[in-house]
Amino acid sequence: MQSKKQIITFAALAVVLAILPWAITGGFENGKSWLRAVDFALLYIMLALGLNIVVGFAGLLDLGYIAFYAVGAYSFALLNSPHLAAVLPAWLMHPPLLVMLLIAACVAGVFGVLLGTPTLKLRGDYLAIVTLGFGEIIRIFLNNLDRPVNITNGPQGINNISKVNIAGYDLGRPIEWFGLKFDTVHLYYYLILAFCCLIIFVTLRLQRSRIGRAWVAIREDEIAANAMGINTRNVKLLAFAMGASFGGVSGALFASFQGFVSPESFVLMESIMVLCMVVLGGMGHIPGVILGAILVSITPEVLRDVINPLQSAVFGERLFDPENLRMLIFGLAMIIIMLLRPEGLWPSKRRAREFHEHEEEAKA
Amino acid sequence: MSTPLLKIEGIHKRFGGLHALNDVALSINAGEIYGLIGPNGAGKTTLFNVLTGLYQPDEGSFTFNGKDLFRQKPYVVVESGIARTFQNIRLFANMTALENVMVGQHVRTSASVFGAVFRGPKAKAEEAAIAARAQELLDYVGIGKRKDELARNLSYGDQRRLEIARALATSPTLLALDEPAAGMNPKETDQLKALMEKIRADGVTILLIEHDVKLMMGLCDRIAVLDYGKKIAEGIPEQVKNDPRVIEAYLGVAPE
Repeated sequence: MQSKKQIITFAALAVVLAILPWAITGGFENGKSWLRAVDFALLYIMLALGLNIVVGFAGLLDLGYIAFYAVGAYSFALLNSPHLAAVLPAWLMHPPLLVMLLIAACVAGVFGVLLGTPTLKLRGDYLAIVTLGFGEIIRIFLNNLDRPVNITNGPQGINNISKVNIAGYDLGRPIEWFGLKFDTVHLYYYLILAFCCLIIFVTLRLQRSRIGRAWVAIREDEIAANAMGINTRNVKLLAFAMGASFGGVSGALFASFQGFVSPESFVLMESIMVLCMVVLGGMGHIPGVILGAILVSITPEVLRDVINPLQSAVFGERLFDPENLRMLIFGLAMIIIMLLRPEGLWPSKRRAREFHEHEEEAKA
Repeated sequence: MSTPLLKIEGIHKRFGGLHALNDVALSINAGEIYGLIGPNGAGKTTLFNVLTGLYQPDEGSFTFNGKDLFRQKPYVVVESGIARTFQNIRLFANMTALENVMVGQHVRTSASVFGAVFRGPKAKAEEAAIAARAQELLDYVGIGKRKDELARNLSYGDQRRLEIARALATSPTLLALDEPAAGMNPKETDQLKALMEKIRADGVTILLIEHDVKLMMGLCDRIAVLDYGKKIAEGIPEQVKNDPRVIEAYLGVAPE
């Protein structure tokens, strides 16, 4: 079934991904911070793919998606840091990685259903407002749940989150293998990459299944989907739960990679960024969404490195703070892309046709 | 006479002050083509929506195939064997013709998330069966060659056919068609008539709303007439055609 060409492409991609961290750390001066950016890009790919299920497949606009990332991150943080160690039973602390990620996915999934249930009858802008509110509620809770009982440690966040421990290897310490020194960023690169691939695989499988078709049917016409015997309530809740659980896994990996979580990481802007990745890349098209996630998360890093030298060269001094300029350029790029390629940078063939059909008709 | 396949009694549906369905009773026997006519706004589509679970009636009773379907959810109604099409075609526009029909089989299949992800032998077989059955149904309604076209790009008549194929994919006992011939030319209407007769011959009961009186007279076994939410006549086509109340509803009363 799979052609030779596909296998070769796949193998080449695997080799590139395997040596990428070494190329980055070896090739650049500040390679480690670049590799860190790549690790984050991988986390964002997971987030974007999770949101893609809700927005791209089922057509439910969610502006509070980052809440699930937060839920995953805090689940990991609470079970893997000294913060609540005195209160929680010892058997619950520091669970094995897979168990921990399962917990994070499930907790986030439950929150997904919690968000989904009251919004079942909402669509479009109404749904967007409610989900936006939900995202903020979660963040504000995290900010304030340090009183009367200190659960989240409020705005200070949770510190000293332990690194992942796999088969006796502590990913927090460099490991020597085959004469290569694997630093924490390298180790996390491979770890996150593995889960990222898993999520891509799951999404691909879901898309071409009975469930995936039901999601798309709801996006296309909810009443017709209903009349065709799809239990729209359950299928929509499933989309929310699946999307949220991807966010939860990503959040848990983020917490352990970062070693520190605070409500600041889960602001509205982050939700909007993830949505941008989905829309920019090509809603509903998995390769497009991955591309979108990479571009949106890496571009700011590149800009940061380019803007300062450029300013110094042109004006002789630094006129703008790169952080502010970055958003300006980024916003502009977004507007241009939406004007010229509203279907996204890498849409499915079908969606591209959908957007450009009438242009062709006009020409003909 | 045996018990009817579908039986509703005393159905009322109000929208605020509008009494859209007023004490409507119908019974449809297995294997017949039952027509529903009436002037615009008479409540035909409302009745359809009640019969398919999209609207919840205020009062009355509704049994189908021995099962109580009063105020049931649409998916329960579909599961029990009633499928429908829409007056203003409601296809999944950006899915292919084949995928549209595949979605129709949702209610008769069971693959879960785990089945989808692990794709074991059972899930694989089910998926293959869904695709094969969808192709079969597209061939059945005569648009098998257009399976990979997006639904929105099909011609009007083909969209109507696709909607019928999608409804048949739910394996219904009763197929409810809401103005399937609307906007069709005479040739397409004839083909549609042949299709409906084929469906009936294959054991599916048909409930039909239509304005094309000629088509209805030649096709239906029995016809009911709705006017202002009330059933004003019911019977074989000949009888209904000559009923003074029906003539009055359509043409008004002759001045004395």
